[in-house]
Amino acid sequence: MKSRNVVAALAIFAAGLALTQASAVAASAEKGKVAFLQHGCWQCHGYQGQGGITGPKLAPNPIPFEALSNFVRTTNRAMPPYREEILSNGDLADIYAYLDSIPKSPDPKSIPLLNP
Amino acid sequence: MARRDKRPQGSAAQGPDVSRRRFMAGVALTGAATAVSPHDTAQAAAMPTRSPAQPRSALRPDIRMAAAETGTPKELAKATGPDGSDFMVDVIKTLDIAYVCSNPASSFRALHESLIDYGGNTKPEFITCTHEESSVAMGHGYFKVTGKPLMMLCHGTVGLQHATMAIYNAWCDRVPVICIGGNDIDAAHRAPGVPTFHSAQDINALVRDFTKWDDQPVSLQHFAQSMVRAYKIAMTPPHEPVMIALDLGLQQEPIKAHERESLYIPKYVPTAPAQADANAIREAARLLANAERPVIVADRAARTPAGVKLLVELAEALQAPVIDQGGRMNFPNSHYLKQNARGAALISNADVIIGLELSDYWATVNRFVDNGLDGVGVNETVIKPGTKLIGISSVGLVTKSNYQDFQRFQSLDVDMAGDAEASLPALIEAVKAAVPSDRKAALEKRGADLKKAWGEAHERTRAAAALAWDASPISTARLSMEIYAQIKDLDYSLVSSSGNVSGWPNRLWKMDKHHNWLGASGGYGVGYGAPAAIGAALGNRDTGGRFSVNIQSDGDLMYAPGVLWTAARHKIPILSVMHNNRGYHQEVMHVQRLANRRNRVAALGMDRSPIGTSIENPDIDYASLAKSMGYWSAGPIKDPAELGPTLKKAVEVVKSGQPALVDVWTQPR
Repeated sequence: MKSRNVVAALAIFAAGLALTQASAVAASAEKGKVAFLQHGCWQCHGYQGQGGITGPKLAPNPIPFEALSNFVRTTNRAMPPYREEILSNGDLADIYAYLDSIPKSPDPKSIPLLNP
Repeated sequence: MARRDKRPQGSAAQGPDVSRRRFMAGVALTGAATAVSPHDTAQAAAMPTRSPAQPRSALRPDIRMAAAETGTPKELAKATGPDGSDFMVDVIKTLDIAYVCSNPASSFRALHESLIDYGGNTKPEFITCTHEESSVAMGHGYFKVTGKPLMMLCHGTVGLQHATMAIYNAWCDRVPVICIGGNDIDAAHRAPGVPTFHSAQDINALVRDFTKWDDQPVSLQHFAQSMVRAYKIAMTPPHEPVMIALDLGLQQEPIKAHERESLYIPKYVPTAPAQADANAIREAARLLANAERPVIVADRAARTPAGVKLLVELAEALQAPVIDQGGRMNFPNSHYLKQNARGAALISNADVIIGLELSDYWATVNRFVDNGLDGVGVNETVIKPGTKLIGISSVGLVTKSNYQDFQRFQSLDVDMAGDAEASLPALIEAVKAAVPSDRKAALEKRGADLKKAWGEAHERTRAAAALAWDASPISTARLSMEIYAQIKDLDYSLVSSSGNVSGWPNRLWKMDKHHNWLGASGGYGVGYGAPAAIGAALGNRDTGGRFSVNIQSDGDLMYAPGVLWTAARHKIPILSVMHNNRGYHQEVMHVQRLANRRNRVAALGMDRSPIGTSIENPDIDYASLAKSMGYWSAGPIKDPAELGPTLKKAVEVVKSGQPALVDVWTQPR
């Protein structure tokens, strides 16, 4: 059991390393926006990753890529995992690039409707 | 014989039947001590009790007593019309029911004709519906703003089959609807063909599992008793729907000569709701008063506006946070003790939790993670070991077996069968008496901490609402706040919020009145939102011009969109704003979840979401749909900048007494 966990941890680390390299080399926010829709991320997190009652905020200011990719690959909580067979490392890197490209939201104090 | 007896019914203080009556009263009190008012209890306590050595109660009643118990009460209302269904209308009118929602059908043609011609189409007034599900759901919504039930009339078999999902929603949401279904029982005399297809031996069997009581009267006097009984049972908390099958033959027959003098209408007297046991209340108060981290959780606790005030009084007496699960508007969201935003943390740290009319206590203190291996979810407790659990709920008084609305079993430390709202005054009094004088400073500090936490949580909520503020499709936060900007100065009632807009209205609109929020469907049967909203708007129209607003999901509206015509036809003012995310979004996520679990890419076909879950290609033009049925309408609106001005126009239309619909393309949740 223990050796299986070690193997899993190494695999996650290796995947994370590969993804970090992929994101540095080929990540595309434009492709990432398409992948974000195709893979259903928008379903729980909204088209701009703003989050809601069914999923937390992903953007703006996404969590570090390694943390995001580790979670996406291995989550056993409310979100179902996306393994590499159904979401490639390249697509995941592109999705991250898309999330990273989403501009900062306006200050809620500057929105009259949020200050009735 | 009975008609000659001049003694008024109930004058049992003389004659040989005295001891039997007293014995029966004593038996009834023993069995239903919690179901009678304090006044009734005091009266009954004054009666002498039967000695075990006096078995006279088993004796058969004599002629005088039999007459008193089965004869015709002279002081009660009598039949005035010539036909059976006229008498039925006489009975119905004594119950002060404002409307009958119905899709017309041959099996109740006689009652229909009597309602509009003999009864003058008032009390009840006929509301024409295009689907029986709409009829029931209109009554569902109407009750939640008025506290009074509506009647619905449906066809035997096929009509009741249409109505069933809405009846189940009402059952799960503890709402009374008086359902009456036509049925032609006499196989030798009813018309062959279609009317016989539409008759059944035991039509009520369809809904017996999720109605509180049902009957199929075989005489007019039987109808009178059953109608009043049905109303009384439905209106006794926990409120629930009831069903009466109405034989067409009985409706159509003239009142027989010998019946004219004997038929009477029983008087309706409300039953006092059950209160929790006094000893259990004291124990609950002791636990709460001495708790370090008590939490109050409410779901359908506030049946009436008085319930909201009582819950505030309880929370303030304890300086305890309240988590409002939203079955009703239980607690003002502007009050610092409403702590929904921190609900999970508060529950996990609590040492005492009291649940008031919870529909799912198990899920309040446990978690189900739909992500386990082999397709089985994971169950986890979320509370600390030793946390004391207290509950007050009336639902256990009507639990049935088949449908699983009772949810998972949860053991409680103090479990009280009783109506929460009716039990709160005693609990508040007991809590105030139980708080030790040396704990008052600690309670004040707890309140101050909660006030600070409330302010911080509100800021976080506003920051979350600002995300994707200018996005298209429009964010559900922006949708909600654009609506609120137009109605915040009105006495508004959010009559339904179908679909899911991430709870923004409950989080950011000021909700301090019982009618600001009506809760959801109960049974989560999709198709509730549109008709329940219109039924509630009908109630608001008659309650002095409250402004009715509905956040309407697309999938829900498409179940029975004909109810829009009903709103236009009967001039029911309501603003419906579409939360048009173009999909059955819950199912979008479910199919995605299963595809991921099985390591497969979900097939999208030509849509954005897994095949079979989208409502697009072609996109439905809801503005045109509504316009075709007599609504003022606009949309689809995709640019958030256009939303405010359009809503402003729509609000003016609704203020003029008409229904309006604005279609908005929205983010999924």
